[in-house]
Amino acid sequence: MKVSLFVTCLVDMFQGNVGKATVELLERLGCEIDFPTSQVCCGQPAYNSGYVVESKGSMKNMIKAFEHAEYVVTPSGSCAYMFKEYPHIFKGDPEWEQKAQCLADKTFELTDFIVNVLKIENVGARLKGKATYHTSCHMTRLLGVKDAPIRLLKNVEGLEYVELLGKERCCGFGGTFSVKMGNISGEMVDEKVRNIEETGADILVGADAGCLMNIGGRISRTGKPIRVMHIAEVLNSR
Amino acid sequence: MMAMKTSDEQFKERVEKNLNDSFMRGAISAAQARFQTRRQARVEELGNWEEWRAHGEEIRKHVLENLDAYLYELSENVEKRGGHVFFAKTKEEASDYIKNIATQKQAKKIVKSKSMVTEEINLNAELEEIGCKVVETDLAEFILQLNDHEPPSHIIVPSLHKNRRQIREIFAKAGYDKSEQPEEMALFARKTLRQEYLTADIGITGCNFAIAESGTVTLVTNEGNADLVSALPKTQIVVMGMERIVPTFEEMEVLVSLLTRSSVGQRLTSYVTLLTGPKGEYETDGPEEFHLVIVDNGRSKILGSEFQPILQCIRCAACVNVCPVYRHVGGHTYGSIYSGPIGAVLSPLLGGYEDFKELPYASSLCGACTEVCPVKIPLHQLLHLHRQKIVEQEGKAPISERLIMKAFGLGASSSPLFNVAAKVASPIMSPFARDDKITSGPGPLKAWTEVRDFPAPNKESFRHWMKQRQKGEKS
Repeated sequence: MKVSLFVTCLVDMFQGNVGKATVELLERLGCEIDFPTSQVCCGQPAYNSGYVVESKGSMKNMIKAFEHAEYVVTPSGSCAYMFKEYPHIFKGDPEWEQKAQCLADKTFELTDFIVNVLKIENVGARLKGKATYHTSCHMTRLLGVKDAPIRLLKNVEGLEYVELLGKERCCGFGGTFSVKMGNISGEMVDEKVRNIEETGADILVGADAGCLMNIGGRISRTGKPIRVMHIAEVLNSR
Repeated sequence: MMAMKTSDEQFKERVEKNLNDSFMRGAISAAQARFQTRRQARVEELGNWEEWRAHGEEIRKHVLENLDAYLYELSENVEKRGGHVFFAKTKEEASDYIKNIATQKQAKKIVKSKSMVTEEINLNAELEEIGCKVVETDLAEFILQLNDHEPPSHIIVPSLHKNRRQIREIFAKAGYDKSEQPEEMALFARKTLRQEYLTADIGITGCNFAIAESGTVTLVTNEGNADLVSALPKTQIVVMGMERIVPTFEEMEVLVSLLTRSSVGQRLTSYVTLLTGPKGEYETDGPEEFHLVIVDNGRSKILGSEFQPILQCIRCAACVNVCPVYRHVGGHTYGSIYSGPIGAVLSPLLGGYEDFKELPYASSLCGACTEVCPVKIPLHQLLHLHRQKIVEQEGKAPISERLIMKAFGLGASSSPLFNVAAKVASPIMSPFARDDKITSGPGPLKAWTEVRDFPAPNKESFRHWMKQRQKGEKS
């Protein structure tokens, strides 16, 4: 199966390991990876800040970049959801609405793709440790991907899964919210890290680079001995 | 100073002040946990909550689409039962009408039950100005009134931010000298208030839902105070936002159930009171005169706009009770009587962007509010819509932000430009980075790095690795 990877700008620039793990994992599961090099960013940072006009250029670029794709897979629930929003954003636009719909229809978040398209729940990963999982808001509430990551995690050999208290609560990332309302966001992530610590887990797993950058940044600052991993990295551990 | 706006301080100052109020924050996180657990239980026992929500949404949408007809039907039916109806276009018109009644009746004392719309029209201050004593009878409102008219911090539980020790101190101002036991304090409030009901000239209540088919006003309370406010004084005035209508008793029942389950996690509140006009010929109690004041105050401008769904609101505060931002900053940070997600959407619409332009940004757009809303208002989308208006129409976004977004627009639209950015990011940021992390960032990163590290950009971008890898495979 040919899969076009939408790696996301955050992973591209800051978390290359997540991109690499995604490629290796999907290949191991039998996919052939295509990486359209003209992809940049889904436009969410500008769009969510209210700059709809400014964000449309990046959206059109993405629509073109993935026009040829059969499946678009991304290691981010939030960016996948943004693609799903494109048809609403271009509603009534004769040139782009239909194309936006095509892209939205063939886009999948990574764990959703593995469980619901590839129909695999055990990817044969092995990792020793006690892990808790942060449910990202956009992936859970807006995209509706809730069970897939947990099912995959529970099948990782050697990994003990513990549920996070207040797991449905936002970590405080929210894109530009984290700099625009930096102090409020800071209190939110501080509480999140305290909740993670209370689980006794030594690994925090997430499926969105933004949330992980936020939570990981706070864990790093407080010096807690908790390893932060993207779920692609966990599933690629052997 | 009340009305919508509750503070002259800058938004940033309010945030700073409230983030430092560790007591208030403890009270709110405990209350949120309580509300959420109870609500969850009451929602799950229904077994088909999503159907209930869809039904609630349908009712509210239908009413808004036909609001003119229902307003007409409502007012006809109130008048048929001997009541008076007044449509107030502005808050001034509303308070002037009520002040006129007070003057005509030579009212010295007015008792009130809880009503957000009377706060919106600044009614208490207006009535006090003409020499009336206004007594709030809802326990939480009573506490705040005793505390120098402190504004509410929550639309259902206005004194959510206060603990019993603080309440005892406030009660001491009114001569209370007993313990901080809730029962003892409640008894004090009860005794004090009972005397007020008996000697009041006018009773003013809000209105949860007005039923068009009969001209009936529905009041949802737990303390029973609204019953006394409406039964004892000779004149009753009901103040309602113009959208708070249901067609018949049937829809009222659905919405009351959605309201009480969502707000405080009760199947029903202790009292659901239905009032229709003044005392009838064969009735023993009730007011001799009944007035219904229907307040527009900006609502008809929302009607028909992209923001219309916000008028579906039934003021349950479920969105406030799950909001992770409200959780940390509390209600007073919003600077409006309406706080939390509902307040962040509604306040700029009713009160203007000038005073409330920061509120739509006081959200991570996590969507918890939208998920919990019993009438399916897309709250986080409306917050986003505000941001779009602020940027595109109001021109209220900072210039530096505009420039960054313009640059983003260019950079993210073309991969060659992004490639350059990705290549230079690492060397540009390297003076700030240590051990692959940035602990004290420049510009917009400063706020981030106050509390958390920022990752240094990869020395090799993913796309570069991928390119090399693909080359390697080919060769």
